Amino acid sequence: MNLLKVDKLVTRLRNGAAIVDGISFEISAGETFALLGESGCGKSMTALSLMRLLPDGVANAGGAVQLDGAALFDLPEHDMREVRGGKMAMIFQEPGLSLNPVMSVGAQIAEVLALHHDLGDAVANARCVELLDQVGIPDAARRVHEYPFQLSGGMKQRVMIAMALAGSPTLLIADEPTTALDVTIQAQVLRLLRDTQDKLGMAMLLITHDLGVVAENAHRVGVMYAGQIVEQATREQLFAKPLHPYTQKLFAALPDARRSGQPLSAIPGSVPPLGSIPQGCRFAPRCDKAWSLCREQTPDWTMVEGRGVRCHLYQDTGYRIRDTDARSPLPLAGEGLGERGDFLNPVSRIPNPLLQVSDLQVHFPIRKGLLQHVVGQVKAVDGVSLAIPQGRTLALVGESGCGKTTLAKALLRLLPATAGSVQFDGKELIGTGAARSSMQMVFQDPYASLNPKMRVAEILEEGMSALRIGADSAARQAQIDGLLDKVGLARDSKWRYPHEFSGGQRQRIAIARALAVSPQLLICDEPTSALDVSVQAQILNLLKELQQELELSYLFITHNLAVVEYLAHEVCVMYLGRIV
Amino acid sequence: MIAYLIRRILYAVPILIGVNLLTFALFFVVNTPDDMARMQLGIKRVTPEAIEKWKQQRGYDKPLFVNSAVGGTDKLTDTIFWQKSASMFVFDFGYSDDGRSIGREIAKRMGPSLAIALPTFLIGLIVYVSFALLMTLFRATALDMAGVALCVLLMSISGLFYIIGGQFVVSKLWHLVPISGYAGGADSFKFVVLPILIGIAGGVGSSSRWYRTIFLEEIGKDYVRTARAKGLSELRVLFTHVLKNAMIPILTGVVVVIPLLFMGSLLTESFFGIPGLGSYTIDAINAQDFSVVRAMVFLGSVLYIVGLILTDVSYTVVDPRVRLQ
Amino acid sequence: MLDSRLRGNDEGGCLMSFMPVVLWSDALVFLLLAAGIAAAWYVRRREHLLLPWQRVAHNSVAMASLLVLSLFLAVGLLDTLHFRMALPQANGGEKVYSSEVLSVFDKLVGPLRTHTEKTYSEPFALTLYAKESMTDAQGNVARDYPRLQYGGAHLSDASQRVEDIWKRALAGGGLGLLVGLLSFYLTHRKLHCASGCDRAVSIATLILTTLIGAIANLAAVYHVLGTDKVGQDVLYLSLKSIRTGLIIGTVTTLVTLPLALFLGVAAGYFRGWVDDVIQYVYTVLSSIPSVLLIAAAVLMMQVTIDTHPQWFDTAASRADLRLVFLCLILGMTSWTGLCRLLRGETLKLREMEYIQAAQSFGVSSLRILTRHIMPNVMHIILIALVMDFSALVLAEAVLSYVGVGVDPSMISFGTMINAARLEMGREPMVWWALAAAFGFMLVLVLAANLFADAVRDAFDPRLNRTESKA
Repeated sequence: MNLLKVDKLVTRLRNGAAIVDGISFEISAGETFALLGESGCGKSMTALSLMRLLPDGVANAGGAVQLDGAALFDLPEHDMREVRGGKMAMIFQEPGLSLNPVMSVGAQIAEVLALHHDLGDAVANARCVELLDQVGIPDAARRVHEYPFQLSGGMKQRVMIAMALAGSPTLLIADEPTTALDVTIQAQVLRLLRDTQDKLGMAMLLITHDLGVVAENAHRVGVMYAGQIVEQATREQLFAKPLHPYTQKLFAALPDARRSGQPLSAIPGSVPPLGSIPQGCRFAPRCDKAWSLCREQTPDWTMVEGRGVRCHLYQDTGYRIRDTDARSPLPLAGEGLGERGDFLNPVSRIPNPLLQVSDLQVHFPIRKGLLQHVVGQVKAVDGVSLAIPQGRTLALVGESGCGKTTLAKALLRLLPATAGSVQFDGKELIGTGAARSSMQMVFQDPYASLNPKMRVAEILEEGMSALRIGADSAARQAQIDGLLDKVGLARDSKWRYPHEFSGGQRQRIAIARALAVSPQLLICDEPTSALDVSVQAQILNLLKELQQELELSYLFITHNLAVVEYLAHEVCVMYLGRIV
Repeated sequence: MIAYLIRRILYAVPILIGVNLLTFALFFVVNTPDDMARMQLGIKRVTPEAIEKWKQQRGYDKPLFVNSAVGGTDKLTDTIFWQKSASMFVFDFGYSDDGRSIGREIAKRMGPSLAIALPTFLIGLIVYVSFALLMTLFRATALDMAGVALCVLLMSISGLFYIIGGQFVVSKLWHLVPISGYAGGADSFKFVVLPILIGIAGGVGSSSRWYRTIFLEEIGKDYVRTARAKGLSELRVLFTHVLKNAMIPILTGVVVVIPLLFMGSLLTESFFGIPGLGSYTIDAINAQDFSVVRAMVFLGSVLYIVGLILTDVSYTVVDPRVRLQ
Repeated sequence: MLDSRLRGNDEGGCLMSFMPVVLWSDALVFLLLAAGIAAAWYVRRREHLLLPWQRVAHNSVAMASLLVLSLFLAVGLLDTLHFRMALPQANGGEKVYSSEVLSVFDKLVGPLRTHTEKTYSEPFALTLYAKESMTDAQGNVARDYPRLQYGGAHLSDASQRVEDIWKRALAGGGLGLLVGLLSFYLTHRKLHCASGCDRAVSIATLILTTLIGAIANLAAVYHVLGTDKVGQDVLYLSLKSIRTGLIIGTVTTLVTLPLALFLGVAAGYFRGWVDDVIQYVYTVLSSIPSVLLIAAAVLMMQVTIDTHPQWFDTAASRADLRLVFLCLILGMTSWTGLCRLLRGETLKLREMEYIQAAQSFGVSSLRILTRHIMPNVMHIILIALVMDFSALVLAEAVLSYVGVGVDPSMISFGTMINAARLEMGREPMVWWALAAAFGFMLVLVLAANLFADAVRDAFDPRLNRTESKA
């Protein structure tokens, strides 16, 4: 007996564009079904449709959902409220934003208890403590009275889970429950979800873009692309042999150590914008196996060996995979850091480094008291030493808040260093404005790193004119054309504004901007973390090519171990302002 | 908390000095006391003696900053700046042109001002917030649209119109309350009710619309979705979650005016003949009584700074994240 | 008198029979206009800047409001082109100019200005409001309402009045409608507005042209809105008030805009002591209740103006300078709010990665301010500009009532209301001047508010978040 049955669910924007276009799946009790897809594919909207909590401007436009035999879309709003938080609970992506900042966590959980279990204050309080205890919050009796701002990100997500569990749901919807968390915390939260599910036997709809999360948690998987499920299979089936070309590409785009020598197989292009869904297969424009039929006719849902796929490759003629071993299957559970020969202590070994940082400190004063005297220091970067040779990549790994970005800014002298020395090519940089052109940075957020009011050409030219590179504007324009070629953008894009580009394209522009002044070292601060997997692969490939072509050195700041394994020659791990 | 308050009060001192210098410059440097005397006396009676007499009566016959004619500390204290401006720091406002003590006058007139301003403020706040909540509850429906349209219309009408129209309809046509005047005690009710109502009506448009914007912004946030996902009804979401969070931006605009309530409303008081600080100021402006205007400017800025400090304190009440130190 | 002047003009031939006068406020208005045109030209060629304006253009309410606003603007601009007529008698070969400063608008609506009655008269009245002793042809003295000198003077019998009003209104309205339709027919092929707003704007245009036609036809022979205490036409006064309102509403923000922009952005970007000083200045200014600061400043200005009568050659230039100073004073009290907003936004922007990218190139601070920060706070300035406009128009009326507004001789909504208010006690009430002032103000402010809303909606990035990401 299936607990949840979703049948041809359609969700539309007010202007008629379908965000979710005919999705069907089932989940039985105790099972985890994962909806896997890149951002904008409609997976979150699917979840919100089930809860009937779609934001303004988006409306349910068809299909049926049955939970435990009750047709959710036919329930009056009053009855639906009983289901929400009761039979069906949901946790969200951003625990920091999803909790009410001015209510204590206890009060927020008690609200659910009062609503769905009619518990009085005293009983509710005891149950709150019990729930917090259950989700692994230490000292729960005290934490109950605390406010969200007093808890860390992982704790907040645990509170969210406790809140969801408070109504004893039979179905838990988890919308990217770990995306906003640090890697180590991610694993803990996922384990908590798995354990809780085992204990309580509830069904779980797990929404994620992370193949690793799917590998560890899901029983069955639905792969979503542009509002449709393109493939549905058990976890084992999917990871053993992905059928749909999109799924195959998704696997192939994942970086890992074993393929660090070869380019990633990136998916060209980007996810089609909503409302511009082309005729035929939605993936056809980016698919290298597409033929004319794919562009004319939308493929039907086809069952192949007990699993479903939406692709012309498998229709009529039956099982017909053109090249089956695009790549070897991915191991089910994520591996740890590979033991590789050159993963050695980066400081000691290198004789003639391009960049030599020794004992760099960046402190921020803490002011307190009547006269705001300095009572202490936040040691954001506390005695870091590292070295990068020419043409190599040093990865700097660490959790958020460990001082990675501060270090990068201090190297670029955007922040004053408290102590220590930074030598570039043998010259001391601290306290000078020298060598600006030889070190440049690529930032994390492609939306915030380009001035929306400037054309691409102006963005690229700014650094050149500030550092007086290029004889005149004609020479610079020629150089800009060359840069755009190098990063794989059309030359005429220089007359356009950043908002006309996708995230991946913007990141290419940002790289071109950094390269415009011919630096020898690029500091990349999480350059791919805001991007989808398929686009991430494109950018990583580009960085790798540029390194080979221009003999660039990279300081690569990231928290993604897979990227490190793929790209890095040396690795530093940073913890609380120190290299460990 | 205490340290914070002390620091804030210490910060207020340079600001008040700035206010004082500014008003001093405005009143005594832009125009010489001679100019003011000439202006006050009118064209006909201007003789050098009359000007001297006018200045002497009001203590404007001294030098501005340094009196070199006398010795010792008098060099600094026997000046216009010291006597007219510095003395305000101890709330010594001196005398008005008609010879009354400004300090005593202010104390006497605060009561009537408050009798109007306080109810207007409190009832008004409740009305505005309720109206805004109602619009938020029915957001994106015809009711909400009509509400917003009404707000825009109401805020496009001049405040003078509310007063003149209200007086005309309620007092003149219906004879419900006296047109103007004031009496102490229980009688005051019939004098204050119309000014209060008009005061509230005058603010409905802009305030309700502003609060609605705040509510709508809050309602778009993620924690509201969480609250709905718990199965809470829309009303409870609005009252327990949204209202609590929206109090923070609302307080920013609201608490700061509380101390200024003492100052009364210029327009209302002068139209309704309420003997409060507002009409006192207007009369002083019309009579060009500079001492009174200067005193009111100083008092106003003191109260404003008190309001700013109160605002910060009020944050600690509604927002657990704020700890003053 | 008007006729003789016109004749003088004809006879004078090539000789200048008038002297253009540029008052201070006129100069500011021209400056503003030039800046506006330059900005429009600049925006036209940049697609991303044009985009929010296109959103405004798609909003039918905004476009209808804009239509009303531009009508007011046209009146205001015509009223800004000032000149002094040459007097007929020349003084030894040298021309002598009248001390009265007129505007092109005064010329256009000639009869409205010159047809003054003795005192109050109701709208469309044929007679004065107060009874007077009159001596008729037989020499009998009777107390009756005397006929107006101009209002309805063409009618021989009072009983024809209603019929005549209807006839003239219909004729004028019909003509207006015709002109409106004709203008549509001529322009429609060139201008194609967005489909949604097209109809609303057309309807608004037709209503306006009809209304203007009817009123213009009636105003020629009646006092459509009555006359005031000294017999001036209230319609004329209301139309003249528009310029004052517009100047207060626009010049005020614009004269202090550079200050607010520069200081706000500098405080936010440089932090440190620059920030401390700027914050100190605006906290001091904003801690004084604005009405009191304005009152104090205006009182002082009045003393200065009164003690230096030699500065001004005409009464108009005196009143005008007072208006300009009032704008400056109002601006001084209102720039602090904008400055604080800009400082806050700059604090946010300076942490943006594109600013850091520029810094890492060693781009100079001035260049970062002008190239990166200022373009990205422009929407705040624009929103503040349009939002402040209506508040300032309303404030003018209040301040003039309090006695610290424009010069009492200057025609403005505030002075109109102030004068009319004194007559509230009369039985029957003199309501028309008050109603006219409030009515015109309401239309102006309402249109401005609606337009401001549309501009804010179109420019506020928070409201367009989804659109910009898609």
